[in-house]
Amino acid sequence: MTVQPKKLKGRAFLTPYLFILPWILGFLAFTLGPMLFSLVMSFFDWPVVGEVTFVGLDNYINMFTDDPLFWQSLWVTIKFALLFVPLNLFIALFLAMMLNQKVKGSGFFRTVFYLPSVISGVALAMIWAWVYDGEYGIFNYLLSLVGITGPDWLNDTSWALVAMVIASLWGQGSMVLIFLAGLKSIPESLYEAASIDGAGAVQKFFRITLPMVSPTILFNLIMTIISAFQQLSLALLLTGGGPLQSTYFYAMYAYDNAFKYFKMGYASANSWFMFAIILVLTFLVFKTSGKWVYYEGDNRRGGEEA
Amino acid sequence: MIRKTIAYASLIFFSFLFLAPFYWMISTALKSDAEILQYPPKWIPDVLHWENFGNAWMSQPFNLYLENSLTVTILTTIGQLISSSLVAYGFARFTFKGRDFLFMVVLATMMIPWEVTMIPLYMEFNYLGWINTLKPLIVPSFFGSAFYIFLMRQFILTIPRELDEAARIDGAGSFQIYARIIMPLMMPALILVSVFNILGTWNDYLGPLIFLNDQSQYTLTLGLAQFKGMYEVEATGLMAVTLLISLPPLLLFFLAQRYIVDNSAGVAIK
Repeated sequence: MTVQPKKLKGRAFLTPYLFILPWILGFLAFTLGPMLFSLVMSFFDWPVVGEVTFVGLDNYINMFTDDPLFWQSLWVTIKFALLFVPLNLFIALFLAMMLNQKVKGSGFFRTVFYLPSVISGVALAMIWAWVYDGEYGIFNYLLSLVGITGPDWLNDTSWALVAMVIASLWGQGSMVLIFLAGLKSIPESLYEAASIDGAGAVQKFFRITLPMVSPTILFNLIMTIISAFQQLSLALLLTGGGPLQSTYFYAMYAYDNAFKYFKMGYASANSWFMFAIILVLTFLVFKTSGKWVYYEGDNRRGGEEA
Repeated sequence: MIRKTIAYASLIFFSFLFLAPFYWMISTALKSDAEILQYPPKWIPDVLHWENFGNAWMSQPFNLYLENSLTVTILTTIGQLISSSLVAYGFARFTFKGRDFLFMVVLATMMIPWEVTMIPLYMEFNYLGWINTLKPLIVPSFFGSAFYIFLMRQFILTIPRELDEAARIDGAGSFQIYARIIMPLMMPALILVSVFNILGTWNDYLGPLIFLNDQSQYTLTLGLAQFKGMYEVEATGLMAVTLLISLPPLLLFFLAQRYIVDNSAGVAIK
């Protein structure tokens, strides 16, 4: 964009704004307005019916000091994220590397891994509820073939969350494709040069593959963290938060406060706290990414303009 | 050689893990009610009970839900194609005050968790009298979405500006250039946005869950979730309906596979 922009006058000055007007209106009505309103609500006691009263920081203070469900749901979400995020990245990167070995039928395999992410989360939950079924489920039958006696997954407090991690991993195939695209962009010449220098497979992985694919890892890491913290529908459909709140996610807690107990102000405070967590985590990941993400030529905003 | 063997072995193993739940759904949908209770599980039903599909579908007003789902899917797709493309054209082809800042805001909105706007949006739509209608699911799409605007803007940037300028010399206005030059050339981007939007809307659960209470307004996902909650629903019927509801997205995926696979990865890499 080196061409000198023409000075626009009168009607012509308005033209670009008319084109983006739909977005501006939508942003005010469905994003910025609601966000500000939600921030204001979080300082009020705001029932659906009845009197609205200003309570200052009480909603936030109550959350930390007087609500065991807050801590329970936060802990469940953190446990889920600690299991799901690394597993998801590891499996997706592993499968992408296998696909990158110039195997025959890679189109077929890509399709298979992507397939579950095409269907609805409701359908996904229905299928897994049946797969996990304690009496007739195929999951425990398959485990029994290798000599493992599986638990009653969805009704066992120590396994329900693990079951949810497995079901979530099933719907995450798109990350395989994103990693594959990242791997494909690594120039073959790097590997050839390393071979000449006598590098083995392990060295090539740590010295070439991992650094070159690290920007993609960063992207997938952030996306996975966000999706882990927003997990809701699978829990609503698969376990309803049970047994004994072992799968009671933070998003479900906020949802219940809003639409089950109609504490709109309190639920708004819950939501803003969640937003803060996501922002802090994203910030931390970015902050540390300078140490482990490698940008070729160190031209950070390189391929921005496509 | 060893490397290839490991690659094939793990790909085949994981393919089995990814396909087994699908197979189990299809196999259950075609079994008799007695067969699903057998242990060890039966992989192939003795007789294929095709009537399971019709029976389960008719046991609930799924035809009505289908109509609602189609209405929402078709209208939101039209809305996104019109509005997101207009906005994308504005951002891609004009230099104006505040453009870069506004575009940053567009991108930033993609990171806001839906929980933060969910409650006030509910109250806003309630105030407008839209709760329990399909409007909250449809109307916002006529104001564009950040991701689609971004995607279309990137695409417009690849269209040579000389085409615009030639048309301008011939006397075409900005809107005519958008409608006659840019839109036809943007077909691949329009198809991709349509596919993403159809999949997203058809599969959406939380939107309908929050905004719809009355069964007559339910979409298919909501109807399916409710169907499961009903007392004594046989697994055969449940899997039959799950399969039927999953067929359109699966079919669309196979038709548009090249678009989705190439672009979803491409967008992320940028």
